This record gives sequence, C-alpha cells and structure tokens, in this order.
Amino acid sequence: MSSLTDLYQEVILDHNRRPRNFRVIDPATATQQGYNPLCGDRLTLYLTVADGRITDAAFQGSGCAISKASASLMTEAIKGRTVDEARALFDQFHQMITSPPDSPLPEMGKLAVLSGVRDFPTRVKCAGLAWHTLKAAVSDQPDGPVTTE
Amino acid sequence: MATATAFDVTAIRADFPILGTTVHGKPLVYLDNAATTQKPRQVLQVLADYYESSNANVHRGVHYLSGRASDLFDLARDRIARFIGAADSKEVVFTRNATEGINLVAQSWGRANVAAGDEVLISAMEHHSNIVPWQLLCAEKGASLRVIPMSDAGELDLEAFGRLLGPRTKIVAVTALSNVLGTVNPLADMIQAAHAAGAVVLVDGAQAAYHLPVHVQALDCDFFVLTGHKLYGPTGIGVLYGKAARLEAMPPWQGGGDMISSVTFERSTWNVLPYKFEAGTPNISGAIGLGAAVDYVTSVGMERIQAYEQELLAYGTEALRTVPGLVLVGTAARKASILSFVMDGIHPHDLGTIVDREGVAIRTGHHCAQPVMDRLGIPATARASLAMYNTREEIDALVSALHTARKVFG
Ligand SMILES: Cc1ncc(COP(=O)(O)O)c(C=O)c1O
Repeated sequence: MSSLTDLYQEVILDHNRRPRNFRVIDPATATQQGYNPLCGDRLTLYLTVADGRITDAAFQGSGCAISKASASLMTEAIKGRTVDEARALFDQFHQMITSPPDSPLPEMGKLAVLSGVRDFPTRVKCAGLAWHTLKAAVSDQPDGPVTTE
Repeated sequence: MATATAFDVTAIRADFPILGTTVHGKPLVYLDNAATTQKPRQVLQVLADYYESSNANVHRGVHYLSGRASDLFDLARDRIARFIGAADSKEVVFTRNATEGINLVAQSWGRANVAAGDEVLISAMEHHSNIVPWQLLCAEKGASLRVIPMSDAGELDLEAFGRLLGPRTKIVAVTALSNVLGTVNPLADMIQAAHAAGAVVLVDGAQAAYHLPVHVQALDCDFFVLTGHKLYGPTGIGVLYGKAARLEAMPPWQGGGDMISSVTFERSTWNVLPYKFEAGTPNISGAIGLGAAVDYVTSVGMERIQAYEQELLAYGTEALRTVPGLVLVGTAARKASILSFVMDGIHPHDLGTIVDREGVAIRTGHHCAQPVMDRLGIPATARASLAMYNTREEIDALVSALHTARKVFG
C-alpha cells in the first residue's frame, strides 16, 4: 500500500499553498472552463498561443490540493511548448496517472510528483482536470466547458 | 454506556457483519450513513431465505410459492405502514427509492394539479432529488419554483415561508431533515400553515426515516417518501406514502402489468391502491428486506435510537470543535447526527482521502445539494453522518485522522 506522503509530496503541497500562474490572462487567445461534478472542482484555463506555441498559461479556480497542484505544475510545464508538444504531454501525463501501480513510469520530469495518484483511483480525476481542460482549450473543435464525468 | 436507556451498542454492532471488516489494514469506521446505511444480519438473512425458499412472482399464480411470496410481500407493506403511522397499507406504494417517489408525485399529481402561473414551493436545503422533478414539472406547465430561504446556521426562515405561501402555492415539497446540515425542520407547523393556505405537502423523509420516529398521520402530510437503503434495508426499494384520497384521485404514472384491473385494446381500467402505482413486477425481495429492516429498527426502538444518536451528536460536535481550523457547517438548534465541516487550508476531498487511509469513511463534496453549497459560499464539505451503531471511539478515530490530515498539510 502506498502511503499518503507518496500522494501528498512536498512539491504538491507547495503548489497547493502557492499555485504558480494563478491569475487571469486578458485577453487570452484561448479560455477554457473545466469542471469535476463529483467534487465540485472548477477551473478556468487561459492560454496565449502565438504561431502554434504557448507563450503564456495561467489558471483560476477552486479545488483540492491535487487538482490545484496539477494545474499549477501544468501551466509551468506547457509554457514555451508548441501546441503539438502540449498534446503529446497530455497523452504522457494521462498514461502516467492511469497506469497500473508498480508498472514503469514514463519520464515526466517535474510532473512525476503526481505519479502517486495512480495508487489512489478515486483521485485520478482530480489530477486530470487541468489536463482535460488543456486538451479542450487546444482542440480544433471547441465544445463548451469540459467535465471529468 | 452509563445512560438511563442503557443502549447496548456493542450488541447492535454485532448484528452488522460489515462493521467487523478492515479498510487499508485499519478497522472500518463507517461514518457515511447519510449516503447509505449498513445492513444487519436480520435483513441479510431474510433476503437469502426469500430466494432460497419462497421466490416466485407475486399476485399472479395459484401455486404454493406464489401465494407464499405474495403473503411475505403484503406483510412487508403492512409493517412499513405501521412503522410510518399510515392509516392503511394501501397508502404505501413501493418505489425504487425516494427519488422515484418524488418523481411519481410530480408527474402524476403535479401534471394533473399544477397549471401555468401556479407555484411549487421547496426549501433552500433540498437534495437534488427534491428539486429537479419540480423543475421539470414547472418547465412543462409554465409554473414557477419558489424557495424558502435559510439562515447561515441552516434553519429555514419561517416568516419568509409564511410570506411565500399564497393562493398560487399548489404544493410545498420540503425535507424533514437536511442531508448536509442535519437540520430537523419544524414540519408540523409548516404543514399546518401550508394546508391553511390550501397547498398540498410532500415530505422528503429519506434522511428522517432512520434518525427520527415518523408518524405521517400525526404530521398530516399528504405525501411522504423514504428510501430503503438509508433505513438499514436493501437498495432498489423505497416507499411513497400518500393519503388514500389523494392517491385515489391521481392518474396512474407508469402503465403495465399489475397496475390494471382490465385491459382491452379500446381501454384499460386501473387496479385499486396501491397497485395502481406499481406497474410491472415489483422489487419483491427488496420490499421483504425493507420489512425486515423496519422490524429491526422497531425492535431496537426508534426513540432509543434517537436518544443515543443525540448523545453521539453532542459528543461529536464537541470533539470536532477541538480540531484546529475546523468549522462546522450546519448548526441548527434542532439537529440529527450529521456533522458537516470544512477545515482551513485543506480541501474536503483531500480530507476524505487522508481519513480513508485511517479506515474512516466520510463523504466529501456537495452531497447532491449544490444550492446549499452556493448559499453558504463553499464548494464542498466533509460530512460525518452517524447511525445507531456508531460509537464515541469512532468519533475519536475521526478526530485523530483529522489531526493526521493537519500534519500532512503542515
Ligand atoms: C434528503 C434526501 N432526499 C432524497 C435522497 C435521495 O435518495 P435516493 O437516492 O435513495 O432516492 C437523499 C439521499 O441521497 C437524501 O439525503
């Protein structure tokens, strides 16, 4: 059994207490809302995209430590990346948090602190909310707020 | 326990097999009773016995087993009628759950009695299941949904209620007990006022049924719904009580077998109460199981359960107040043993995960009552809801787990 400290690592607690890029971008080139109806977590993701590259990313909202830290770390990770790279990162992140416990983890750099989530199936959606919101924000077919359900 | 009632919680716990199990290597501390209660052996045994020795369809066969299953089914209805204080068993309609009972009334009584410009009055502390069926009805009929406001402590504003009641108020649909705040509403007075204004009253008794003695005739409500799985019974079975005269006057809701007295292609005629509202093969084992659950509760004694839970509530309220940064949500003067709370700097969802690792099951989120969260300006709460088998030691385990959460979050 994995322990709570694997889930609530210091980096996560720090990003929960002091989320990075926790602000509005106005005007943004993409604004996307995400909602987890199970626990009421809500966030709005703001992106500035120029020539296919994410030059700025920020978010606002309320949620648990996992969802807030995940959003905070995500905005750091995608800044400066191309939209295609961000999409690829989504896939890797998704694989990381949904892979079976004890299976090998993809190389995720700083985002690896969230890998503990895969041992807590009820919390996978918390970690995924910001990323699903990102996926919708850079989608070619915008389609209203995303939900994790 | 040194109380006058000498409530033997150890003996009661022994009746609930699941309470002896462990979670994450820790003894289970089950404090999510407002979501569903655990089931005593007496109910589990009746379910097994039914399928092993009495299973048949009801009211349909001349053979021995069909007669036996029908007898058990009818007997369960009688027991439930007595338990809620109905005048007659025919006033007890079996449903899937409380939600279905409310939908039945909204669709059958509501469509026949609510017209454009009419009003449906609910309260600020309703569960989604006592909001959405009325929204659907109002949207269909061009009626409007009005809401009795509540205070920050979670008490309904009765003066506002008086003002909201008017000639257009067709029905007041209100919960007896809030699943989030624990508030026990002053139903008798509210029902009297509603009737004086010419409105019909539906009581959502989903939470009340396992915390308080209920007597529908004394309350004088027109409709009352409950759900079996929160009353120590199986899932998939609930009850709609309606005054016989009201149910008689209502059109059927769903059509099918059992609810008819005769069918030709030209027209069908309806069966007598309660069968008019029970289309198709009912949840026979569920009804029998709920009958057994009601017997169990009666054998322990609803008044004694209530007194014991009030002690737990007082103990739990004090214990939680010692936790740094914890704020109780729902502090009405009349409460049942439901303790909602938030903790400074720790989201309820994180609390839920952390205490779960200590074996403590609590609910976190909006508890299917988003308007309550909006009214109080919080996204979610953590909720410990206590039933007759919970103990002070279990409350201590919760408090200790909350201290662990505080440590994790620093
Ligand atoms: C106050 C209240 N009303 C209605 C319900 C709905 O019960 P069910 O889902 O069994 O229909 C619940 C339980 O979730 C409740 O707490």
